[in-house]
Amino acid sequence: MSRRSVYKFRLFIAADTLNSVQAASNLHALCKAHLAGRHEIEVIDVFKDPKRALAEGIRMTPTLVKLTPGPERRIIGSLTDTDRVIQTLGLDADAA
Amino acid sequence: MKLARSSTVGALRKSPSGVLGFDEITGGGLPRGRTTLLAGGPGCGKTIFALQFLVNGARDFAEPGIFVAFEEGSRRLVANAESFGWRLDQLRRRKLLFVDAQPKPDLVQAGDFDLCGMLAGLAVQAKQMKARRIVFDALDMVLSLLPDLAARRREIYRLHDWLMARDLTCIFTLKAGAGEPTFTSPQPYGFMQFMVDCSVILTHSVVLGISQRNLRVQKYRGSSFDENESPFVIGDTGFNVAISRILGQADAKVTRERVSCGVNRLDTMLGGGFYRAATVLITGVPGTAKTTLSGAFAQAACSRGERTMIVSFDSDGSEVIRNLTSVGIQLERYVKSGLLRMVSARTITGSAEACLVRIKALAKAHKARCLVIDPVSALANSVSEVRAHGVAERLIDWTKSERITLVCTSLLSEAEGQAVGDSALHISTLADTWIHLNYLVQAGERNRGMSIIKSRGTAHSNQVRELILSNDGVTLADIFTAGGEVLMGTMRWEKESAERVAKEVAEVAGKLKLVTLDAQQAELQVRLTAVQTELVAKQVEKTLLASTTASRKAVTLRGSERMRELRGGDAPKRE
Repeated sequence: MSRRSVYKFRLFIAADTLNSVQAASNLHALCKAHLAGRHEIEVIDVFKDPKRALAEGIRMTPTLVKLTPGPERRIIGSLTDTDRVIQTLGLDADAA
Repeated sequence: MKLARSSTVGALRKSPSGVLGFDEITGGGLPRGRTTLLAGGPGCGKTIFALQFLVNGARDFAEPGIFVAFEEGSRRLVANAESFGWRLDQLRRRKLLFVDAQPKPDLVQAGDFDLCGMLAGLAVQAKQMKARRIVFDALDMVLSLLPDLAARRREIYRLHDWLMARDLTCIFTLKAGAGEPTFTSPQPYGFMQFMVDCSVILTHSVVLGISQRNLRVQKYRGSSFDENESPFVIGDTGFNVAISRILGQADAKVTRERVSCGVNRLDTMLGGGFYRAATVLITGVPGTAKTTLSGAFAQAACSRGERTMIVSFDSDGSEVIRNLTSVGIQLERYVKSGLLRMVSARTITGSAEACLVRIKALAKAHKARCLVIDPVSALANSVSEVRAHGVAERLIDWTKSERITLVCTSLLSEAEGQAVGDSALHISTLADTWIHLNYLVQAGERNRGMSIIKSRGTAHSNQVRELILSNDGVTLADIFTAGGEVLMGTMRWEKESAERVAKEVAEVAGKLKLVTLDAQQAELQVRLTAVQTELVAKQVEKTLLASTTASRKAVTLRGSERMRELRGGDAPKRE
């Protein structure tokens, strides 16, 4: 995994529910800390765009989808378990 | 709170489930626009029930439905449903939608989450297809991912509110472990019991090696329901809940039509035969011709052209036919013509309920109007007495509602039989006509005695009759009583021959007397003729005498005159 690769995220949220708000802020904080300048985040509100959520097979919110680099990964939840998120996204290897 | 709810929402409406028996238990189905919890252990049939609710809704009640599968994949579900012949392919897309919502095995969870994503998608789909029903199957699968009880509770209420807002009739299915969930025992989703409007519990237990499935409605807000456990069977066509007649349900139509029992003299004893749709019980110890009597009934039914089914637990159908042929009951031709269906019930395994369901299905398929179950006591073998009674009740309720004339035999042990005991099924109290067969030991002989113990609504003979089986068929012997006992067997035969001899003697004596009288009459006749002849002779003689006397007088007169002339003494007197 190259150091220069850009992380593309898609975050499905459910309006301003507590979990979703937490997830968004956690993601932003994480990106700021680990992926400064090389990340893109698309936030989709399932209530505003339910067809998109349906097409993507989103059952639980919030769901974070990592599109690139590497294989697609999905993480559900408010992303409070930061270590788990970092591990899943491969950011620990990236940072090293 | 309940009161407040009912006053604001108004009268409770119900969504018929179309599941056999369930709508009767609940008085019409599940609460419409409300949530029903369906709890049970593994393999209880939760998914099948829920799926059947949707299929029936889509097919029969114009209520499209969505199945949200958290556990099984929709492809497997559809394949399983096909085995019940539900034809999902015709319903899918427009009327029945499957949503796969299984948590993926590689799913990573980091923190708390909610079900809004799913609900947002479902809202769109529900609106598109105008869904009225929805099932969340194995909701516990996704709930178990939530970190704590509070979060689970939150999501359940979220779901509940979402459903209420859309007026969807919903079933949640939930694994409930081995024991039945009660509010006293801590259940992980116990609070759901309080949240939902209707709660149904399925159990699956093994009693004495025989599988027993039971369904129980635990609660139903705003509605009365049958509170007992009802056995159910997952049969060829899906879920089938066994129910007895519910109070207030219309009685089956009764008829005065009589059907022959196949033995002429027995018909006479019963005042014309069994009533149509009656339940007839034939009890007796082994070998008292119970099967033969029921065979005679079947033959009579077939000869009237009525479709008949014989369910035999003891022996194979072909064996029964062969054995009955020996007493002049010919059933083979009816089997060939398709009028008679022989079912060997030894092959039907499982609980009494399962047997009953199979019998019902077979009878329905055969369109049977007359049904013989030989022996019905076999049904009782596999279950406890309480349940067996229920089975018998349901059997009779069913035959009555279908207007099937049912003849069932029941084995009695010899000891009980002497006391005219009851069978385990207590069917005798339910049966309309009860014929009891036993061996009567008299003068060192065993003979088959037959008596009618009861026959509702008909005058019936009170006499114990001897049942005679011969090559020509079944009949009842003439009655001979002596000293207050009905004579049977050789004693009857002796009495019969004694009477015959006496009759012959009397006949001969009569003939003899007649001959004597004839002779006497003839003799008198002869004598009469002789006297008459004599009389005629006397009359002739008398006439002759008169005429000779007269002529002699004349001659004498003429002679004297001549003498006077000759003498010339006197002048002739005549001038």
